[in-house]
Amino acid sequence: MKPRNLAILLTTGLALTATACGGDSSDDGAGGKVNITVACQPAKTAPKQRQAWNDDVAAFEKAHPNVKVKSTDQQPCFDPKTFAAKLAGGQMETVFMVPVTNYADVISKRQAKDITGDTKYVKNFGDIKQNVRDMVTKDGKVYGIPNVSYSVGLVYNRAVFKKAGLDPDSPPKTWDEVRAAAKKIAGLGKDYVGYGEYGGGNTGGWHFAQAIYSRGGEMVQDHKAAFNSAEGKAVLQTLHDMRWKDNSTGSKVNIGWESLMQLMAAGKTGMMLGAPDVVTDVVQKFQGKVDDYGITGIPDGKASLTGGEAYMINPKANAAQTKAGLEWIDFQFNTPGKGRFDFARGKANGEAVGVPNNDYMGDSPTGKKLAEERKANASLPVEYYEPYVATSTSVEPKLEPEKAQELYAVLDVAMSAVLTRENADIDQLLKDAESKANSILAKS
Amino acid sequence: METLTVEPQRRTAPRRRPPSKRGRAARRNLSAYGFLCAALFCFAMFAWWPIVKEVLLSFQSTNLVDPPTWVGLDNFRTVVHDPAFGQAWRNTLVFTLLALVCGYIIPFAVAIVLNELRHARAYLRFVVYLPVMLPPIVAVLLFRWFYDPGPGLFNQILDFVGLPTLSWLDSTSTALISLVIVSTWMNLGSGVLIYLAALQNIPGDLYEAAELDGAGIFKRIWHVTIPQTRLILLLMLMLQIVATMQVFIEPYMLTGGGPENATVTVAYLMYQYAFVYGGNYGAGSALGLMLMVALLAVAAVQLRLTREEK
Repeated sequence: MKPRNLAILLTTGLALTATACGGDSSDDGAGGKVNITVACQPAKTAPKQRQAWNDDVAAFEKAHPNVKVKSTDQQPCFDPKTFAAKLAGGQMETVFMVPVTNYADVISKRQAKDITGDTKYVKNFGDIKQNVRDMVTKDGKVYGIPNVSYSVGLVYNRAVFKKAGLDPDSPPKTWDEVRAAAKKIAGLGKDYVGYGEYGGGNTGGWHFAQAIYSRGGEMVQDHKAAFNSAEGKAVLQTLHDMRWKDNSTGSKVNIGWESLMQLMAAGKTGMMLGAPDVVTDVVQKFQGKVDDYGITGIPDGKASLTGGEAYMINPKANAAQTKAGLEWIDFQFNTPGKGRFDFARGKANGEAVGVPNNDYMGDSPTGKKLAEERKANASLPVEYYEPYVATSTSVEPKLEPEKAQELYAVLDVAMSAVLTRENADIDQLLKDAESKANSILAKS
Repeated sequence: METLTVEPQRRTAPRRRPPSKRGRAARRNLSAYGFLCAALFCFAMFAWWPIVKEVLLSFQSTNLVDPPTWVGLDNFRTVVHDPAFGQAWRNTLVFTLLALVCGYIIPFAVAIVLNELRHARAYLRFVVYLPVMLPPIVAVLLFRWFYDPGPGLFNQILDFVGLPTLSWLDSTSTALISLVIVSTWMNLGSGVLIYLAALQNIPGDLYEAAELDGAGIFKRIWHVTIPQTRLILLLMLMLQIVATMQVFIEPYMLTGGGPENATVTVAYLMYQYAFVYGGNYGAGSALGLMLMVALLAVAAVQLRLTREEK
């Protein structure tokens, strides 16, 4: 080919490619085949779970012959870094998952469809706890179907407890008891960390919120920072003393939600704040020993930060896609014995079944059935999680504060300060954080 | 008849004028223009348009779904009033300065040493260049282990030689310099390679003349090497400033901006606005625009200096 022709071909090719990039397949939605895309297909590295998902898709399509489901396997299936760009570029799935930390943001930016009149397609929607449904409701309009809800507790390593001469069946109930237990564990040797804590990447501030709630404190009240309080000071003072007087927190400033779980799985960390799903991840992702972990209620137990997730519908979905998407959510995530709640299949596939990491249906008939089936098919020692279950009803669940991520970033500074500086001035740190937080909260 | 039939044809078809000089050149360069169009198209699509988009975004508020709304200078006000704004700029400048001290001088010194060597030169060049081949994320993870306050390599070494161990990433006084060390290590190979290329272009007789005049190694470096590589040194200085002022991966992976905001950089703050604080792309773009203007100023100074050198 002559260079000139090649150049023309190249230019034309590029232009055509660019034009093609803007294209998008549309769905007729009226009487014909309804195409939907659904997020959260398990990765290829989990072949059994992936096969189970694909079987579910096939079963769903058989039950809904006019619906064609296409799955995407991005992991993690909600990624704040790509979420808005995917939505803007028309690449967002019809049905996508949003963690509770991002509900308010996604809903306020109208990045999820108002499905108020369509919740009838989810049979057990009425069984979902009201306070959990409230989280996906704004101005009386529903924007998602919650599927997971739990609150934070204290995850601890039973094997390390035994080694330190502590009774794993009687875990700490207060922060004073946590401190005492952590000191004993740290006494096992220089590689042992009694109580692990975060100090950066917004995870430090996130755990500060968990700890202050547990003591009965508040993060924000009347749109003003409320953490410069006796409870807030107690959070930092305890941590400071554990680090510098007891030497029981280790000398590393952990950042990133997975770092503490990795340490927990390595078997040298005694305790950490965490939801029950921490146990699932420690065992499944980080190869911790199944029998080593227990969960108990959050120390002091005045209140606990809630976590969870919901599935939402793409705002660009048409009526037929919305209906099909909600029917998929109903089938895959809300029916006992099916999809996510096929505990028998999960156990057969080697999944960590038995962790009480979901209480979104409460005491409703569906909730009771789910709890029974989970217990009947447990592959984990459920008795080790009884202290958490026993205390969970008496602990008030609390939502994340407004402007949560910004406030967490501000409080990272205070958390990292007490973990890295012996002479950290806690009063000053809280005062500085308060004034920074108030300027953030003052913005619309 | 023959003449009659031929003549009108000649009359109706105007004589083609020979193409002008410019036309001939244009035709000759047609294929080059074709290639140029393709390249320009790619540049426009993937380099210039994002820059234009960033400038626009910094004056807009958007959720990337609905049409954006113009907010004037609101995004700039937001970032300027951010408590971390001043510290982010300070950290960025300190990082750049430290990176210049380490990342500018060390590669030059290594290049001079390598250039002087008579044996194993190729092998050592490969060894020095090796870290560049390592994906940055792997290099950063490697250093995370080196810096670990417990079983980390650096503290093990300090302990072995009887020196007190350091907190490395976990102290406000050492965190930033620890990031500079990672950055220098990762980029050492590229710098050395460029300096080596420049050093090998210096005529050997200059050194011979200097030696005849009794110049030792340091005098030879001062009077021959540095003047002869002045242009490349200037270019590298600018590249180094541009690269280090955009430092992101090191604080993102190693410190999360901490402890106590000691390693928050402008690029890291930009990332936080765009992806951590609920997708405030406008504020992130405003910060990006500020950084771009600062770097443009550096580039302008460098261009002026280079022109004077020529």
